[in-house]
Amino acid sequence: MILLVTAAGPNSFFFFFFFFPRGAGRRRGRCPYSFRHRPGLLPAAPVAAAISGRRREGLEAAPGRAALRAATGGGLPWGLRPRREGLSPAAGAMALGSRAASWWARLFSPGPAAAPRGSPAWLAAGLVACRRPYSSGGKEKIDMSTYPVERIRNFSIIAHVDHGKSTLADRLLEITGTIAKTDRNKQVLDKLQVERERGITVKAQSASLFYSHKGVIYLLNLIDTPGHVDFNYEVSRSLSACQGVILVVDANEGIQAQTVANFYLAFEAQLAIIPVINKIDLKNADPERVEKQIEKLFDIPVNECIRISAKQGTNVEKVLEKVIEKIPPPHFNTTDPLKALVFDSTFDHYRGVIANIALFGGEIQKGHKIVSAHTKKRYEVNEVGILTPNEQPTDKLYAGQVGYLIAGMKEVTEAQIGDTLFMHKQPVEPLPGFKSAKPMVFAGMYPVDQTEYNNLKSALERLTLNDSSVTVHRDSSLALGAGWRLGFLGLLHMEVFNQRLEQEYNLSVILTAPTVPYKAILSSAKLIKEYGKAEITIISPAQFPDKSSVSEYLEPAVLGTILTPQEYIGKIITLCQDRRAVQKDMLYIDEHRVMLKYLFPLNEIVVDFYDALKSLSSGYASFDYEDAGYQAADLIKMDILLNGNPVEELATIIHSDKAYATGKFLCERLKDAIPRQLFEIAIQAAIGKKIIARETLKAYRKNVVAKCYGGDITRRMKLLKRQAEGKKLMRKIGNVEVPKDAFIRVLKRQPDK
Amino acid sequence: METAGARQSSGADCESLAATNRSDSEFSLKSRSDSELGSEPGRTRPPGHTPRSTGRNTAPCRLLSPPRPPPPASRGCGAGPGAEPERRRRRCPMAVRGWRPAVAALAAGRPRGGGPGGASAPGAGPGPEPGAPGGAATAALYVHWPYCRKHCSYCSFNKYVVPAVDEAAVRACLVREARTLLRLGQVQSVTSVFFGGGTPSLASPQTIAAVLEAAAEAAHLPAGAEVTLEANPSSASPARLAGFRAAGVNRLSVGVQTLDDAELRLLGREHTADEARAAVEVARGLFPGRTSIDLLFGLPGQSREAWARCLEAALGLCDDHLALYQLTLERGTALEARVRRGALPAPPQDLLADMYHTARAVLAAAGFCQYEVSNFARKVALSTHNLSYWRAEQYIGVGPGAHGRFVPWGEGSCQREARVQTPDPDTWMKQVQSHGHGTRRRAALSPLEQLEELLALGLRTDEGVTRQRWGRFSPQLPLRAVFGVPGEAMALQQQGWLLLDGRGLRCTPEGLAVLDSLLPGLLCQLQRCWARTAGTGGRGTGAAGGQGTEAHGGQGTEAGRGQGP
Repeated sequence: MILLVTAAGPNSFFFFFFFFPRGAGRRRGRCPYSFRHRPGLLPAAPVAAAISGRRREGLEAAPGRAALRAATGGGLPWGLRPRREGLSPAAGAMALGSRAASWWARLFSPGPAAAPRGSPAWLAAGLVACRRPYSSGGKEKIDMSTYPVERIRNFSIIAHVDHGKSTLADRLLEITGTIAKTDRNKQVLDKLQVERERGITVKAQSASLFYSHKGVIYLLNLIDTPGHVDFNYEVSRSLSACQGVILVVDANEGIQAQTVANFYLAFEAQLAIIPVINKIDLKNADPERVEKQIEKLFDIPVNECIRISAKQGTNVEKVLEKVIEKIPPPHFNTTDPLKALVFDSTFDHYRGVIANIALFGGEIQKGHKIVSAHTKKRYEVNEVGILTPNEQPTDKLYAGQVGYLIAGMKEVTEAQIGDTLFMHKQPVEPLPGFKSAKPMVFAGMYPVDQTEYNNLKSALERLTLNDSSVTVHRDSSLALGAGWRLGFLGLLHMEVFNQRLEQEYNLSVILTAPTVPYKAILSSAKLIKEYGKAEITIISPAQFPDKSSVSEYLEPAVLGTILTPQEYIGKIITLCQDRRAVQKDMLYIDEHRVMLKYLFPLNEIVVDFYDALKSLSSGYASFDYEDAGYQAADLIKMDILLNGNPVEELATIIHSDKAYATGKFLCERLKDAIPRQLFEIAIQAAIGKKIIARETLKAYRKNVVAKCYGGDITRRMKLLKRQAEGKKLMRKIGNVEVPKDAFIRVLKRQPDK
Repeated sequence: METAGARQSSGADCESLAATNRSDSEFSLKSRSDSELGSEPGRTRPPGHTPRSTGRNTAPCRLLSPPRPPPPASRGCGAGPGAEPERRRRRCPMAVRGWRPAVAALAAGRPRGGGPGGASAPGAGPGPEPGAPGGAATAALYVHWPYCRKHCSYCSFNKYVVPAVDEAAVRACLVREARTLLRLGQVQSVTSVFFGGGTPSLASPQTIAAVLEAAAEAAHLPAGAEVTLEANPSSASPARLAGFRAAGVNRLSVGVQTLDDAELRLLGREHTADEARAAVEVARGLFPGRTSIDLLFGLPGQSREAWARCLEAALGLCDDHLALYQLTLERGTALEARVRRGALPAPPQDLLADMYHTARAVLAAAGFCQYEVSNFARKVALSTHNLSYWRAEQYIGVGPGAHGRFVPWGEGSCQREARVQTPDPDTWMKQVQSHGHGTRRRAALSPLEQLEELLALGLRTDEGVTRQRWGRFSPQLPLRAVFGVPGEAMALQQQGWLLLDGRGLRCTPEGLAVLDSLLPGLLCQLQRCWARTAGTGGRGTGAAGGQGTEAHGGQGTEAGRGQGP
């Protein structure tokens, strides 16, 4: 068995996001899961192009479902890094995935359409149009009992973005005969159309591979993982189903921030680690340097590294051998009572929830009555099977194996990730499970036009259907109207979500500057009684309790890892200090590269830290972070006043050290965003009654167009009427008229610099 | 001319006001005295051109009267509220029909209803009687000469620099289009003519004469009607200017722009400051008391002091009319591009305001009255032509890219239209040659749109929007009903930007400088009020008494006209 966990690949989070095909929103009323075909992106696409629209819809519906299930792992390694690069909408790449997108484009440049432009048999195949010609996809059910634990290996592949995780997965699938060996196999596991369009991995998937080693056939379960810290909890849960990982490092780029982060995840999970140095075929490859970095940083002997070229297939077989030799089989017993870990779940419109499970004990088959340890609900198993990578039903699954289960669960929430399933009346000690995904970044989301509210609402409902990690609270702002306060796992998560709304639902939204959830330890007995607890979480400034009733404020912190060529160290240290970060570690991983570890207040990196880092290091530094709990912080609430009247939507919770700078910044920005008026406007930042910053917007002394005779009064009237229209949309704060776009300009995140 | 017109019409005005039981004693008295003043002997009209409003006694006098300074108003200059021109009677279909046959004869050449305007429906609802304002047979005439010898760096007008102008052809086209449009508007009298450009002083006096003749022939051009020509100092030799005067031009607007050679070069002007001075001297000799000079301020890099110097020099040079324009950096001009690239500094807002306020103070001290945002005059040497724009009167635009606002009665329409002629001279000429005119775009203006224009333009003047003029556009929704109720206007009054009294609505001197900040709110208020009235109009028409009747009466008039002879 193999679990493929990649250091860098979005996981279920993406699944949710990309589960709804691009364009579904634009073509409301059609099958919500139909995929919008871009020729050549799905196997069915060439066919689709040739057939009538109606027929095509039929075909589309199937890929939507089947391809989804089919696309196992193969997640692109990716991370924050892509954000700045190649934002070309033409490429269909999301802002965040664009790095991956360029990588994708590179790999596919010989002809992206070539691979899917497959046999016309797909045409006739109808619903199975998207199935790939996997050799293991035969009709006969595999007898899973022939694979006892000794012959099972569960592993993941982890890597920094673009280090070749998916290409390696392709080779593994080929070698094991899971897929036919053709030159078309490129990112086979990223088979979803959306993945291809965006160049990112949509969903961590597992694939069961059968591999004969020294005369014994092994079942290798490859489980994919997302790479980014936003989805950290997904990585750890994928890893929890594994006993080992393949750590892929680019022979040219060497260790990057995500490599480190993912290594530690695997290391802390006490998994066997097989270091693989990829891309040795590249001209600038320097595997020796990378081996030394690995030795220095991870304490893995140089001779344990396998140098491969996944692209050319060099040495890949050796990786499989190592998987079998070095990764221990799972130590579970079929004779124990059933104990199955739900490590992923997806929602299928027709079949309900499909839960990916790893059996930690016992066996499971159709008809079994099972109970969720989390909900205590009872279900009857309808179907079990393995993923190859599409679903292939089997009679049974046994301890140590990884597969899927369908048991009449109607909602994703019923298959709580990390939940333990056991046999009815045979309760077991639940597995430790996972912390539920905690939103770390909050942002207000509002329709640009309030008439779009309902459309946006339904789009949000659909997008969050599968993604329980996005929290949604209704919210409203005087300036921006009705909207929501959404909680995301991280910035990347937020951006992808936004991008998806825009691209797939054609909805334009206003996203306010992200904030983080603060906490307050209450000291006032009255408030404690009111909240029912002493520690409260503060999501919006309106909830911020006064200092007099609080013993301590807390802010979320993250441990950030930065890898950089040494010449940028000075600037990076300055940047980190500006962000109130505390240095925890600094290590030269070789003569040229340095690893820095800093404890950051999350709020200091949510907006533009990554951009700043990238720009001052010419793009060479990489960054990743992990949750580091909460720390005490001197927090205050800052108000923005216009001629003495507070602007509710601009109130901010902020660290006192930053109040002055932020206050000044907000005032300045507001000054630019509010048009001059007939009177002077004082724009002030205030903490309590104390004014900490002020900008003055002078009154108009002259505002009248010079020439209005004879000429084109029509044009002039148009402008005036537009201004009159705009006036109706102004938000009045005291006597000051503020255009809504002024708030948007102030509240919105800074455009990527 | 403008005041003369007001005088003539006042009798009719009184009557119509009386008929609607809204007569204002102050106004009536004033207008009566005005009308007495106005009864002067005049020229006889050409045959076949029975004035439209001859239903009443005053019209012939008006048409024939020479221009006359307006009676001194309380504020010393500008037209007082009594100087309100009222050229048409709404309430008496018979009177209108009285001139009908003559009009029919004029319009006989055009197939009725065949033109694009034939389909335009009279405005419904509580709006002013469509076409009511300016429906009278007068209009100002703007003539555009589109050629220049050289592009100025700041100018975004419709102008062309060509190696050779086939002037005979352009002249023929200007003449033909003027004739066509004057007839289309069934204009009985041209109140003023303005030759703008481009550089109309590059045209030969012969061309100017031809157009004026055409205007006189197609409508009527009173002997003293203001005829202004924009002159560029580089094409303003004494002989040339004398030629223009002989051709019928009686007012000159000299594009001095600035009296600093470096600034002139920056603006891409062909002349020097000395040449400009000489040109103004000559012009003043030929058009005493009727020479205006244009100045620009707020040039990139221009200092407060430089502007003060320029202004002082201009005061020493000028006659009784000055136009001071803040330079607008228009997209597509060389100057704007240089500023945008950062090659030249953009003048700061506060400096511009200083310059403007300085100029107002300096000119006021020199006895000039600011009768419009950018226009200053003393001894009531106002520009009649420009005033008619700001008073939302009818004007006809002739020549490439010219704009017009008039009711094409000749097409059977009775709604005022915004019209634009084809900008490209060659295309324009072809169109004129084949169709008689080169109108490129035409849009009927709804009653509300007309009021909006009246408001936006009228408030630019010191007299503001008078109650009477407003009443002509909006008989059933008086000015006070719109702006005399709590709302933006009232707030602006309290803040000292606006004044609303028996005379009308106007800006205070302080308000005038920030008019563009006042207008959006006022437009909002107007639109709200209009929508409310429209909303209740269905129920209220019958019960509204005089107002409703008036509207119906007006429409009846239009209907009668539409049926033709």
